[in-house]
Amino acid sequence: MISAGPSPLADPAGEHLPRRGRQDSSRPPPATIVVPAVLIGLAMLLPIAYLLIRGAGATTEAWELLFRFRTLHIIGRTSLLVLIVTGFSVLLAVPIAWLTTRSDLPFRRVWSVLTAMPLVVPTFVGAFLFVSVLGPRGVLQQILEPLGVERLPDIYGLPGATLVLVLLSYPYILLTVKSAFQGLDPALEESARTLGHGRLSTAFRVTLPQLRPAIISGSLLVALYTLSEFGAVSLMRYPTFTWVIYQQYQTAFDRSIAGVLSLALVGMALAIVLLDAYTRGRLRYHRTGSGASRRTEIVRLGRWKWPALAFVGVVVALALGIPAGVLLHWLVRGVLAGEPLLLLWSATVNSLVVSGAAAVVAAVCSIPIAVMVVRHPGRLSHLLERMSFTGFALPGIVVALALVFFAVNYARPVYQTVWLLVFAYVVLFLPAALGATRAALLKVSPSLEDAARSLGRTPAQTMRAVTAPLIAPGIVMGAALVFLIAMKELPATLILGPLGFDTLATAVWSASTEAFFAQAAAPALLLIVISSIPMAFLVTREFGASTSSGSDGS
Amino acid sequence: MSTFAVRCTGLTKRYGDVVAVDGIELAVQPGETLSIVGPSGSGKTTTLRLVAGFEAVDAGEISLRGTVVSGGKTHVPPERRSVGLVFQEHALFPHKTVGENVEFGLHKLGSDEQSARLKEALELVRLTHLEQRYPHELSGGEQQRVALARALAPNPEVMLLDEPFSNLDPDLRARIRGEVKSILADAGVTVIFVTHDQEDALFMGNRIAIINEGRIEQSGTPEQVFHEPETRFAAGFMGVADFVPAEYVNGMVETELGVFPMSGENSGPCEVMTRPDDIELTRSEEGTATVLSRTFQGISDLYLIELPSGAVVRAQRPHHERYEPGESVTVTVAAHYVARCFAQSDGRLMP
Repeated sequence: MISAGPSPLADPAGEHLPRRGRQDSSRPPPATIVVPAVLIGLAMLLPIAYLLIRGAGATTEAWELLFRFRTLHIIGRTSLLVLIVTGFSVLLAVPIAWLTTRSDLPFRRVWSVLTAMPLVVPTFVGAFLFVSVLGPRGVLQQILEPLGVERLPDIYGLPGATLVLVLLSYPYILLTVKSAFQGLDPALEESARTLGHGRLSTAFRVTLPQLRPAIISGSLLVALYTLSEFGAVSLMRYPTFTWVIYQQYQTAFDRSIAGVLSLALVGMALAIVLLDAYTRGRLRYHRTGSGASRRTEIVRLGRWKWPALAFVGVVVALALGIPAGVLLHWLVRGVLAGEPLLLLWSATVNSLVVSGAAAVVAAVCSIPIAVMVVRHPGRLSHLLERMSFTGFALPGIVVALALVFFAVNYARPVYQTVWLLVFAYVVLFLPAALGATRAALLKVSPSLEDAARSLGRTPAQTMRAVTAPLIAPGIVMGAALVFLIAMKELPATLILGPLGFDTLATAVWSASTEAFFAQAAAPALLLIVISSIPMAFLVTREFGASTSSGSDGS
Repeated sequence: MSTFAVRCTGLTKRYGDVVAVDGIELAVQPGETLSIVGPSGSGKTTTLRLVAGFEAVDAGEISLRGTVVSGGKTHVPPERRSVGLVFQEHALFPHKTVGENVEFGLHKLGSDEQSARLKEALELVRLTHLEQRYPHELSGGEQQRVALARALAPNPEVMLLDEPFSNLDPDLRARIRGEVKSILADAGVTVIFVTHDQEDALFMGNRIAIINEGRIEQSGTPEQVFHEPETRFAAGFMGVADFVPAEYVNGMVETELGVFPMSGENSGPCEVMTRPDDIELTRSEEGTATVLSRTFQGISDLYLIELPSGAVVRAQRPHHERYEPGESVTVTVAAHYVARCFAQSDGRLMP
């Protein structure tokens, strides 16, 4: 989703790029590719399949409970949050995307990086920071107290949850829209201008409609993300589906209620994906060529420069400035109070090892699937691609619960081990790795492989000598992405982590739910710093890609 | 049967309901260059990929140097066929230098022989000085030569060239075509060259095979296929041709351009082919043909002439003869003209 090319997550349905059809029908994919690909595809289906089986076999009591549970009420609350967060995210992301790609906003490059940065702040970290500033007896109130302010407006509930989620997830839309802006053919806008449409009319009649697919796929990301969100909504005390499921799992004796609730949540995720597919299905935009053929016109803001700067500045201050400032505040306090920082060491190592393992496994698993999808398109490949994308729509808590049920019943030895946790991460984040690998493979012309074959290399040798080195950067990029997301994953880690297994995410979580903000600060900062490394890597790659495509246009 | 470098018999390839290659027969002598030329979608690239081994045949047989490589249950994979392949987009490995690209197919040889063959191949294409460069640092023509050197280095039995010039702009194209031809001649290798461009085909090939809808329409020397087309398609595809309705009776063909004696004993409706240089014009009040337009071409002028039947032919006349649109003219054929007559039913030559 950060790549300049086809975004890995933004394109779950797999818009197929045109490719040579002639070589596919007669060359069946080798078993060395098909067998692993099918096994991986099936493994990805395991959690949801098991959940469905369990749901079908759940006691009628559990189903009745589901109705007593005011499920409709929870669905309503959750839908409301998803709608509001997605809507506000679009309203923030589209203008920022335009300002940072098409206008002469001062320090455009700097803003471009800063506005994407909130992605590295996990939402539960953001939530605890906002609570600690704006909450009752928070930092802000302490500052204002001498001025006679007794009470601040309540931050808990829908407003707080919306604020945090919008500020930290709008970059998903921002990035897809920015790359759409960069891919726009300037000739279309120029045609509109010569046909007598002014700047504004052109923007609404030509530019915005072309951005719609990007806005929709970014919104899909934000909507699914909000739906599966757990940490921030819990800290903001806005109980959505995930929170209710977690409570049930923790407290209820009959765990199948949590299972049944999970199925209802899956139903909501499915509805979002189908809605996306429906809107997408009716919109067909033909982009001729992969990038802009020329540099697009940069709009001069003139005196609008100041409001624009203020707008971008406020967003960055809220989404980055406040969290960073508060984090440092708590960190200093913690150090002064002598918080034991040593505890962090094992949590850091755990985080690195588990996320790193998930990144490597997901990247490796993405290869056979990507080879099938790109080089041997067909019904089986399409099905495998779909199967691999199930984790994209599944909330982490659902996958985690399904795996708990499964392991307890059938795979006792892996229950309460990190292996199960890594597997959950792979199910959840394989789509990110697959997107990157697929994009990399699409860039390798099949004729390179044919050339290697005609020069006496077997398919395996060709893979090693030609294909692998060429797609390696893409695979590494996918792995970095998985690493970044896995570091931030909270509910799956809480549920599947072995007893006493702390990661940075769970350390932040357990401290902040107890309102030990000073204790949460150090792991939170570490989490942000470590996940910034792959982010920086991805952002620089994005710049590399955009500058090279720009020079092509001359 | 002499040993052909490449021999295809009854070659057939289907994709679903589409028959891409429909019973093609080809035989290429060692050292010969065969140009396969046809419009896009005619099956020429599929034929090439069948010979290279990237596709399995549905029927028919391919043999290289007398050894069957495709046919029946046999399918020798591309890496064991000893064919050199040059692609339209060159397909140089972007992560390898020129030297590493050329060495790529020499992996089975000892290191001494590897470097000797590398040196030889680079000398052949005159690129020794660029050995350390990467493909993206080369011009289009240089990339073309590297692709040739890479394919030639393992001493393939046959070289297959797939539209190698279609990515080049016209100026470069003529020069590179000449270079490639002389490099291939120096290497003395058998070549199958696929193109949609009749000029490239005529320039490169000792022999031309015209392909259409998966079938060979005609094969022969460049002169044969140009001057003695055997089908209406071949006549129209190679060079500029017009067709005038005619009737074959009693060993003669009757047309509005005159009556021409034929060697055969056919009968029935047909068409005769004319090329612009076959047509002569005379200004005449009684002329039954009309000048439709004149296109200035420098040394000569090209006229569109409407015949009484409504058929339109092109005539190329020297610039000192001058006719104006709307003028009536009498149309005759030049002394050298030999009528070639194609049956209206199937477009085949009627002798």
